[in-house]
Amino acid sequence: MKFHFFHLMPYQDIDPDFLETNKSSWINLPNTYYDPKKGAKLYHRYLDELELADELGFDGVCVNEHHQTAYGMMPSPNVLAGALSRRLKKATIGVIGRALPIVENPLVIAEEFAMIDNLMEGRFIAGFVRGIGCEYHASMTNPGFSHERFREAHDLIVRAWSEPGPFEFYGKHYHFQYVNLWPRPYQSPRPPIWIPSQGSTETVEFAAHPDRKYTYIITFSPIASVKKNLKAYRDQCEVYGYECPPDQLGWAMPAYVAETDEIARKEAAPHIESLFNKFIMSPVQYKLPPGYSSLNSYKGVMAGKYKVRENYLTCDALIENGMFLCGSAATVAEKLEEYQKEMGFGNIAPMLQFGTLPADLTEKNLRIFASEVIPKVRHLGVTEETVAAQ
Amino acid sequence: MTIAGCEIELLRGGSGPALVFLHGAGGAHNWMPYMDLLAEHYSLYVPSHPGWGRSDTPDWLDGIGDLAYFYLDFLEAIGEDEVDLVGNSFGGWLALEIAVRSAARIKSLILVSAAGIHVAGVPKGDIFLWDDDERVYNTFYDPKLAEARLAKQPSEEDADIALKNHFSTAKMAWHPRFYNPELQKWLHRIAVPTFILWGDSDKIFPPAYGEAMQKLIPGSTLTILPECGHLPQQEKLDDFIAAVTAHTNNGAA
Repeated sequence: MKFHFFHLMPYQDIDPDFLETNKSSWINLPNTYYDPKKGAKLYHRYLDELELADELGFDGVCVNEHHQTAYGMMPSPNVLAGALSRRLKKATIGVIGRALPIVENPLVIAEEFAMIDNLMEGRFIAGFVRGIGCEYHASMTNPGFSHERFREAHDLIVRAWSEPGPFEFYGKHYHFQYVNLWPRPYQSPRPPIWIPSQGSTETVEFAAHPDRKYTYIITFSPIASVKKNLKAYRDQCEVYGYECPPDQLGWAMPAYVAETDEIARKEAAPHIESLFNKFIMSPVQYKLPPGYSSLNSYKGVMAGKYKVRENYLTCDALIENGMFLCGSAATVAEKLEEYQKEMGFGNIAPMLQFGTLPADLTEKNLRIFASEVIPKVRHLGVTEETVAAQ
Repeated sequence: MTIAGCEIELLRGGSGPALVFLHGAGGAHNWMPYMDLLAEHYSLYVPSHPGWGRSDTPDWLDGIGDLAYFYLDFLEAIGEDEVDLVGNSFGGWLALEIAVRSAARIKSLILVSAAGIHVAGVPKGDIFLWDDDERVYNTFYDPKLAEARLAKQPSEEDADIALKNHFSTAKMAWHPRFYNPELQKWLHRIAVPTFILWGDSDKIFPPAYGEAMQKLIPGSTLTILPECGHLPQQEKLDDFIAAVTAHTNNGAA
């Protein structure tokens, strides 16, 4: 199994009462809440944490993209990947992911990813997402064309990486006379691609397709739906006529380890609750603009998931439903072993900093995770092929 | 009625000169009191736009221009020599897009709280960021009308159609938000008599939009109704009918 420390980089110095006068931590939360002096310090602290993960033996570090929010300070994750590229000695960088539909020129993403791949001499993972609903308000990209633009931008980027240029590309949304990427990516024919998802059937069919075989990462989901969705992906691989290898499956979740279960809960509780009840908070029309999902799946989501999220989520409830992996190293390793055996994933992307979790606890979490959890479960989900590749 | 492979729902009523009412974002698949009153004076056509109501959502529907060309076909297909064309809100924008392309079948134009242009420095409401209740309250001047609307439990079909309408509205009007930057360059082409009606308390498109539109369309006239929100045909029904009939010279008929 491979371990990728996933950082969301929240603006954790925000006035804790910001939701008393604002509906959301996204889109139109006034940016006067952001203090650049504090923000600058946070950027450096978070980069230090990612660099520490490299020293501690994590296989990779991950960053992602969100706009106009206190939830994450990474509107341009590639800037941070660039900063990290000169520091990381062994770890890969995963940008999981860039929101393809919300840019007007997807070749910019192809170029920047190719640059990072060159700087990292191939230790790079490209993540593609549609971007959550809030990004469509922030960027004014029409959510009704989100799926179309994702597919088309994806095709353009992958072709730009793997086919000799120049060639022409005329789609419905993107039109180029000369596609001719300089630099070409370091990895040939292209960097590995991860698809972070919360489990739509359409995404599963797309990612598992034999032409793609993209690593499918379930994020922010109760364990029951992680199981259901990873099974759906494995089943889809079978439909396509191949067996899904572990490295094609992943799970990203907030995680906290400490000396005992009790200490872990006590230390993590206020911070994990700040993530799920404050930083992630936005009304449904912010998250699900019309057309972002199909009419039917919109109705399904309204009926199910968001009803659950109306209630305050406690640390205990989050541990209970498996959205938060928390406990002693033994407990966490035991759960990972159980889940890995059942679900067959070969990658995990633990978010070992979350919400208001301060620097000292984040560092402690990283160190215990690296020294006491990873060694217990590293052997899981390793196929002969993976060993040979190493 | 089927045009360009798209079957649409069409409400009909009354007799007299032909009047086509182009509905706004919320659609018009249920018969409303303003339709009764219009039908007393006109041969009334209320089509549900492609993508709205019980009309099909065709694959070709990507933007307001598609609807404009669809309606040019529609105006030919209904077999009327010419019509009075009324458009409310999104439907007003659509009426403008039709008229700049061809006014051959349009006798007169009536724009009611119409979208379609941008007025610098006058913020619009954001129907996509408002929640369901805010959207209703911000539609009316009189909160009692909003409360009455919210108190009604919609049928399952009406709820589904409301969602479908909202999705189609976003597809047509998300960006640029409820306007076409090219349109105002060509509004001077509209040579048919044009009347603009607005509520003084419209929170979606403030009355400054009506004033700007009046300046852009040669010879047009503007009336602003006091204590009225975004839907004069519901909130000030009598004033709406009086204004429409006066404009089309059918008031005395």
